[in-house]
Amino acid sequence: MVLQSLKNCRWLSCVRRTPKACFWSTASGGLIIQSVSNDVYQNLAVEDWIHDHMDLEKQQVLFLWRNSPAVVIGRHQNPWQECNLRLLRQKNIKLARRRSGGGTVYHDLGNINLTFFTTRKKYERMENLKLIVKALKALRPQLDVQVTDRYDILLDSQYKISGTAAKLGRTSAYHHCTLLCNADKFVLSSVLKSPYKGLKSNATPSVPASVKNLFEEDPSLTSEIILDAIAKEYAVQHQIDHHITLINPVDEALLPGISNKTKELQTWEWVYGKTPKFSISTCLNMAYKDSVLDIKVNMDVKHGRIEVCNIDLPEQWLPPGLYSELVKSLTGSKFCPNEITALVTTLLRVCPQDDELHNRWSLLCENMIRLM
Amino acid sequence: VCIHRVRSCSSIRFIKSKYVCVFDKSALKFSHQQRLFRTSAVSCGQIVQFKLSDIGEGITEVTVKEWYVKEGDSVSQFDSICEVQSDKASVTITSRYDGIIRKLHYSIDDIAFVGKPLVDIEIDASKGVASEEDVVETPPMSHEEHTHQEIKGHKTLATPAVRRLAMENNIKLSEIVGTGKDNRILKEDILNYLAKQTGAILPPSPKAEIVPPPRKTEAVPAAPKDKARKIPVPVSRPIAFSGKDRTEPVTGFQKAMVKTMSAALKIPHFGYSDEVDLTQLVQLREELKPLAEMRGVKLSFMPFFIKAASMGLLQYPILNASLDENCQNVTYKASHNIGVAMDTEQGLIVPNVKNVQVCSVFDIAVELNRLQSLGSAGQLGTSDLTGGTFTLSNIGTIGGTYAKPVILPPEVAIGALGKIQVLPRFNGKGEVFKAQIMNVSWSADHRIIDGATMARFSNLWKSYLENPASMLLDLK
Repeated sequence: MVLQSLKNCRWLSCVRRTPKACFWSTASGGLIIQSVSNDVYQNLAVEDWIHDHMDLEKQQVLFLWRNSPAVVIGRHQNPWQECNLRLLRQKNIKLARRRSGGGTVYHDLGNINLTFFTTRKKYERMENLKLIVKALKALRPQLDVQVTDRYDILLDSQYKISGTAAKLGRTSAYHHCTLLCNADKFVLSSVLKSPYKGLKSNATPSVPASVKNLFEEDPSLTSEIILDAIAKEYAVQHQIDHHITLINPVDEALLPGISNKTKELQTWEWVYGKTPKFSISTCLNMAYKDSVLDIKVNMDVKHGRIEVCNIDLPEQWLPPGLYSELVKSLTGSKFCPNEITALVTTLLRVCPQDDELHNRWSLLCENMIRLM
Repeated sequence: VCIHRVRSCSSIRFIKSKYVCVFDKSALKFSHQQRLFRTSAVSCGQIVQFKLSDIGEGITEVTVKEWYVKEGDSVSQFDSICEVQSDKASVTITSRYDGIIRKLHYSIDDIAFVGKPLVDIEIDASKGVASEEDVVETPPMSHEEHTHQEIKGHKTLATPAVRRLAMENNIKLSEIVGTGKDNRILKEDILNYLAKQTGAILPPSPKAEIVPPPRKTEAVPAAPKDKARKIPVPVSRPIAFSGKDRTEPVTGFQKAMVKTMSAALKIPHFGYSDEVDLTQLVQLREELKPLAEMRGVKLSFMPFFIKAASMGLLQYPILNASLDENCQNVTYKASHNIGVAMDTEQGLIVPNVKNVQVCSVFDIAVELNRLQSLGSAGQLGTSDLTGGTFTLSNIGTIGGTYAKPVILPPEVAIGALGKIQVLPRFNGKGEVFKAQIMNVSWSADHRIIDGATMARFSNLWKSYLENPASMLLDLK
């Protein structure tokens, strides 16, 4: 396997002039590239860039990438429904929303991502998955791996080792999938379990499945070996050299506009704001003094912001003026614990300075924030 | 021309048409006014049903997930219309025509069928139905002001979106060298041409979502520096600026700040400023920094400022008080919960260090570290952000010398610390020496605090910092 650095490639000058058509003009039927970055946003941005700028008519592209711990949700999913956001924040695990459809996945360095870029007409997921299975079988003939009609790859007929998603544009398309080599299953299962109750939404739900690492089946398998085997099979099928070209997703000269794409993927408006409208109907159990209060809460969240908010407090528990101030302030705010914490603590400054009142306010707000 | 259009309108069915196209003689009376309204000129075009095209893999139905347009919007060929999903594939549907959206056939979460109409688009009658190929040589536009488009006898390849960009910037397409296929003019070509003309850095494509820059100061962008070096040359032609104002509602945290700051300004503020010679403190901190690091803590100047403030508050407790709403009672707070202003993505957040009166400088440093890392991770809790009694704002880390800080209710005083500068000063012998000078600007509530109190507190605080050994005498 030969890893070829970009600096040696003479078509770099070609790229500067015409970002659209002329890219890696040594065109054969295909091109294999691998990212040197483990940043999920940078790698997703590369996918966007290739989808938007490369002419896939002459050559198809296989993009290989791995990420440091991150949860990636599908384009139309609801992160509150899909994962434990509190745990993600605590463990500093990133959350990203990709542009393709499908369900939620956990990425870490033990999981490899493969993206098959083709023209819209040549979009064909089954073929790609069969390629992967062929590569795995060539590597370890005894492996029991097969493709299902849901576009999953199963190990031993029961464990999911790969999930698929795709994005189709006007002229180009891509199909990407994961492959579990040696991921942390413990973290995976804990982050993909949502603790949020009472959510009602039409967002695409994920279908949970039992998973297993290829490493568990055969300890001699590593991510590198598997990546290489797949690249080799792709090279054979596309009749190209078994070269993997490394790319750096921060290279603005090679990928003009990539830093903007990367930034966009990290904005709150994209990650959370693109959540389809949903509602929350739940009950806060607040221990106050010697009793436990059951407070019904109903909220509608659209574009990640609170559209409607109803908190069923006992009468006079909070002065009515204060309650309406709270509801007014929450309406239109981001459904985000950080934002709401800053909001409610700032509002407290202009409330009457009464310890009892402050305690009640803090108790209620802390419970509300836990919903986010 | 208008009369002719009215006649041809009568056979076309209008759905939700808001434009003037009346089928009786009164239309003739308004014909003059119709010419002035640009939109009405295209209200009598041809309605085309844009069908959902084949997705591939034998898929016949998809779910509509998001609309990028609404009825009445203008679209150009290749603009995104909606996002649909089918079996883990997300598909962006783009428009085949230029025109105005007249009807959306589906709502969000509806099932849409391949081959059935997705949207109705009204196409400008003068243009005809655009094909999927690039438009070659558009006929004269109906807008009077943009005649630059007409290039007599010269064929230029460009998509309508590119033409619009050229039009908005008063550029003749014949002057641009196209770098696309068959010398097609791309958006990049227009932008490069403009950049060369003005020497400016242009904003990205209007469709791109522009992310607001992060609040932390980054390196100063190159543009101002370049402009400073070049001698400004008067530009020969006026550049049409196509930027638009953007209005957003004030929501969330910003709304709360509006309330708080409005209340704050009701407090009669007075200011008091001074300079502090930190030469000895700088040296002390240098000695103590490695010790703190050994204990795993970053030691800045703030812990010293905070502790000195608390020691000062012991002598002048009225600065750590609170005035009730009716100005009837003053409550002297027992705890010194000193707030530290922090600049985060949200904006100005003020977490506080609790009970500084019983904390050592090291304790304060530990707590500050904890608050700072939570602050940058966006994970400060309500208890960290409430209960403050006095605030220090170290604006000097960003820059500045003197400031006029605003008191954060329900507190009665606040101090803003400028940056530390090396300045020449005279010592007792009349010699000039290098001093590390920092300016402090206090603001206090003049209803219960007078200038003398503030001045004495400031002097005490200053003396602790100018001679750190004196802090040892009064440490409890």
